[in-house]
Amino acid sequence: MDSLLFIQNNLLSALWEGWGKTLRLIFMSVPFGLIVGIFIATGRVYGNSPLMFICRMYVLFFKGTPLLLLLFMIYFGLPPLGISFTPFTASVLGFILCMGAYSSEYIRGAIQSVKTGQVIAAQALGMTRWQSVFSIVLPQAFCRALPGVGNEIIYLIKYTSLAHIIAYIEVTGAGKIVAARFFRFTETFVVVGIIYLIMVSVATKLLKILEKRLSFPGM
Amino acid sequence: MLRGFNAVYDSLPYILSGIPITLGLVALSIALGLAIGVPMAIGQTYGNKETGRLISLYVWLFRGLPNLVLLFLFFFGVFPMLGIRLSPFVVAAIALGLRSAAYQTEIFRGAFLSLGEGQMLAARSLGMSKRKAIWNIMFPQAIRVALPGWSNEYPILLTDSSVAYAIGVMEILTRGNQMVTRTYQPMPIYFTCALIFILLNFGGIRLIHMIENLIRIPGFGREEQ
Amino acid sequence: MNNTPVLKVQDIHKSFGNVEVLRGVSFEVEKGETKVFIGPSGTGKSTLLKCINQLTIPDRGNVWLNGREIVHSHVKINLYRQQMGMVFQNFFLFDHLTAVRNVEISLIKVKRMNRKEAREKAMEELSRVGMADKANSYPAELSGGQAQRLSIARALAMDPEVMLFDEPTSSLDPELTGEVLDVMRKLARGGMTMVVVTHEMGFARWAANEIFFMDEGVILESGPPAEMFTRPRFERTRRFISRMTELYAEEQSDG
Repeated sequence: MDSLLFIQNNLLSALWEGWGKTLRLIFMSVPFGLIVGIFIATGRVYGNSPLMFICRMYVLFFKGTPLLLLLFMIYFGLPPLGISFTPFTASVLGFILCMGAYSSEYIRGAIQSVKTGQVIAAQALGMTRWQSVFSIVLPQAFCRALPGVGNEIIYLIKYTSLAHIIAYIEVTGAGKIVAARFFRFTETFVVVGIIYLIMVSVATKLLKILEKRLSFPGM
Repeated sequence: MLRGFNAVYDSLPYILSGIPITLGLVALSIALGLAIGVPMAIGQTYGNKETGRLISLYVWLFRGLPNLVLLFLFFFGVFPMLGIRLSPFVVAAIALGLRSAAYQTEIFRGAFLSLGEGQMLAARSLGMSKRKAIWNIMFPQAIRVALPGWSNEYPILLTDSSVAYAIGVMEILTRGNQMVTRTYQPMPIYFTCALIFILLNFGGIRLIHMIENLIRIPGFGREEQ
Repeated sequence: MNNTPVLKVQDIHKSFGNVEVLRGVSFEVEKGETKVFIGPSGTGKSTLLKCINQLTIPDRGNVWLNGREIVHSHVKINLYRQQMGMVFQNFFLFDHLTAVRNVEISLIKVKRMNRKEAREKAMEELSRVGMADKANSYPAELSGGQAQRLSIARALAMDPEVMLFDEPTSSLDPELTGEVLDVMRKLARGGMTMVVVTHEMGFARWAANEIFFMDEGVILESGPPAEMFTRPRFERTRRFISRMTELYAEEQSDG
């Protein structure tokens, strides 16, 4: 009973605000993360050798570095070098860089699975190299990469909880503050957990629908 | 530049002594995940409906929660509430391990399903019990099918283990952060930490590939190569 | 009378590593003509076609389309490729697009046609190859014969000056070759300029103005069908044609 009162009176309003910030993080990071992923993947498959090398190093670095460490680098490491970000921008930047690296791997695999004959056919019709990449290869690659990329989106939703460590008080951070003040950790993090389960389940469902709509026979 | 170099030089021994803690955390989590994940995968594949549903619930729950929320829930909430006092390291290993168990369940379930019915039928036709067939015939094959996906848990847990910083486990990132506040040289020290993680990451993957090659059976899973 | 041939190919050489696939091939095609290349597999026929539209860059030699030189003019090669339709042995359809979208995508992206015009034109081309009722099917839902007819429509939509066919029936089941050959015959009758690599001797005999027998990277001999089929100069040509004709006849009687 006591717990319910705490949740109702003290917790929910704080979490509500934090949830909004979590959603802001997600909606800013996912699209740009995907764009970065597409560029890195395209560079790794079609780029000249210096570009290929740069893209490979990018993936190696951002996949190998823990996301939390990356956030520290951006938020605490760059200001002494004269580059400062707000907690929100630093978080989003970190998420985009990380998401770009992980999703590029799936997109690269998908690009390579598109049969090369189709590119030859596109060129025979007079398309330029980049036209054939953008209108023939990438649309197919995107459909094929979607399950893997979708997984990365789900990961990202959960990883946004790291943002409060660099002072962007999203839902986990908001919960932590309230929990510490009232010394009610279990209730708080159960409710916070439910919020993530809702977000993850809805995202999973939406991705499934998207996958179905984008799939084509013979994929 | 020079100050940064000096800061790294002075901090390095302290940061490096976090490696055993990070790797220990990863190893314990993977082991716990394996110990829970394999039986759950078997239960989901060969068990009855209720078992399957219960395991699905577990998987859904632990895959849907962020590491950080699990850590906070266990460290500040559940264990103190039950009166159990555990070190941050053990709590982190449990939280990461339970989560890894959910992922490992999925990986092994996929592997068991990929084997098809024929192997099971053949084993049963030789008079093996279901338990014996699973353990002697299905599992040894499943583990080989699962290996590429399973070895992926290492880099995932390695990078994820750094969230243990949030409850004060003395792993690499925590130590790095302490040295940052002491030396005021954030970028050189963070970069050093990143390098350590990257080396551990790719060094470990190399090692795993070597082990994979050692236990490969000729002609088994040929399409993978 | 315009005396410039639509397509003129001169002295094409091409090596892959140490293997000399083409050792100096020359020929011309006048407007409305159909030239057919026959010969054993691996004698460079497909490579020759690819050299014509520069999908493979020849080591030596030149190609003229309507009197304009196209080899080594990289900047404009896409412009020339639009004027040379190509049909591949393995179709190479765009797997993620429906039949009608397969035809219209190059109209939109390359010819910059607006969507409505492109759709109309694409439907027209589909009707021309008898595929209008399959407009909304995906490549994976088509039979081999339908897929190849679609790829012909895709090439025709660009209004090419010349069509290049690279063994268009070789990967089809025998009972499906007929529908593709019918479309090609219709094209030839309609005055399309065509260069065809094929093993279909019946088609070659019926449609060709001139047949080229290729062997080991060169044109060994050439002539009108009547001559090539009845009194070829080389024993090798005769053997090849008679063997192919037997195969063809078998298929016909089986069907």
